[in-house]
Amino acid sequence: MPDKVILKVKEMETYIGQYHILQGINLEVHEGYVTVLIGRNGAGKTTTLRSIIGLTPPSKGSVEFNGEMIHGLPPYAIARKGMALVPEDQGIFSQLTVEENFKIAMYKEDKQTLDRKDWILDIFPDLKPKLKLKAGSLSGGQKQMLSISRALVNNSKLLLIDEPSKGLAPIMVETLANAIKQIKDHTTVVLVEQNFWLASEVGERYYIIDDGQTVQEGVMADLIQDKVLQKRYLGIGTKE
Amino acid sequence: MDIFVNLTIAGLSTGMMYYLLSSGLSLIYGLMGVLNFAHGSVFMYGAYAGVLVFGLTGSFTFGIIAAIVVGAIVGYTMERLVISRVYGQHLAQILLTTGLMLVLNELIKIPFGSNILPAFQPEALQSSWQIGEIVIVKYRIFLIIIGLVVATILNAVMAKTKLGMTVRAGVQNPEMVQVLGINIKKVFSFVFILGSALSALGGILMAPALGAINPEIGLMYQMTGFMVVVIGGMGSLTGTLFSSLLVGLASSYTAYVYPDAATAVIVIVMIVVLLIKPSGLFGKGAE
Repeated sequence: MPDKVILKVKEMETYIGQYHILQGINLEVHEGYVTVLIGRNGAGKTTTLRSIIGLTPPSKGSVEFNGEMIHGLPPYAIARKGMALVPEDQGIFSQLTVEENFKIAMYKEDKQTLDRKDWILDIFPDLKPKLKLKAGSLSGGQKQMLSISRALVNNSKLLLIDEPSKGLAPIMVETLANAIKQIKDHTTVVLVEQNFWLASEVGERYYIIDDGQTVQEGVMADLIQDKVLQKRYLGIGTKE
Repeated sequence: MDIFVNLTIAGLSTGMMYYLLSSGLSLIYGLMGVLNFAHGSVFMYGAYAGVLVFGLTGSFTFGIIAAIVVGAIVGYTMERLVISRVYGQHLAQILLTTGLMLVLNELIKIPFGSNILPAFQPEALQSSWQIGEIVIVKYRIFLIIIGLVVATILNAVMAKTKLGMTVRAGVQNPEMVQVLGINIKKVFSFVFILGSALSALGGILMAPALGAINPEIGLMYQMTGFMVVVIGGMGSLTGTLFSSLLVGLASSYTAYVYPDAATAVIVIVMIVVLLIKPSGLFGKGAE
């Protein structure tokens, strides 16, 4: 692909305590695309995202973001370079209001940022009437929307989203898919997703992670056709 | 009635001192998860610095400023040199801060010895007002006012500023705060400085109420401070304020009825509160 590679992960290895969780992750994320990381439970997908943004720093390998080596930098410094994370548990500050959750994320409160916030609220209109409420009072789906919105408010170049469909009702998953489709026109997305429907709906490129290693990569449309691969690595027997 | 009013004022003013001591403890534990057993030593250093400067200059205001500055410096040094190395390691924190407390308590004895150092009230606040049978000690009213002012400022900072927002968010999820591009270490240092300065302010204000200070006062009040934090709910400043006043009043009333139980009543309050609400009065518990 001739596109610009915005994130390049080479032979990344990560330990958590004594456990050797990641044993060789290789990724190339192309700018403007949605890259999906898929794999079974415990394969190391979440740790991959956490290692990229520095929350569980890799012990070996390299992470290059936008032409700059970032492994070893603290998470806040990596975030400041234009990377945002929507964690699996959403990371909402439930004691803060929805508005404050936005504010704390904003690097600047200039017109550009405020305009972007309005744009985000147009994608997630459910949040508009809730701005003054404590974020803890939101429903699961709204919390997920807030988490994604908050990550977008600074015009980040790369958005890492960890299993956004987890625990959501099917109707919410559809809303989410539509939102991600709108977002991808503005920012590059790396999506960890167990829900194969959502992954195939929004994903353009994929990587399969198994036992802490990237074992397969390619174009999402091919994976959708490849029943053998789906069964081997994802345990999917029949297509939905 | 007169006795009740006098005991209430005494209880509220003591409660406010507990608040100054405990609010820092609560913030430091709530945000950083650090059990700081040297917090009482900062309280004591504040008392010594304030009493000394007040004695030298004759100005209680200078005494207060000196206490705050010394508290902030001791707190910052402690955080940077020692505590920042053991974030997330509770056992190491307890051992190290207990060690720090011993060192700080011994160091103060080099210039001042282990005997008591008299602490006086500023002249303007030495007298009292008499309304019928009720005697209102000016210094106690002064303590209540200072406590209220500090609580109001602290609450405003926490509620209205981005820094306060960050601290509140950090109490809940420090990892996420970092992911949002905020250097949590700087926030930690700031909170440590703030907490230590508040503790030192509590020290200098408490000193004249006690009449004399010694190197052990920090240790003496620290345990009460920890109990106040637990009763109020870890990390909640409002909880700490309520709990401080509750503890102050409870020990004041008990001291009148049955002086021997004045300290024990704090433990009883803590047991009752924890039985009813294990996360403390305003604690959110595990989410």
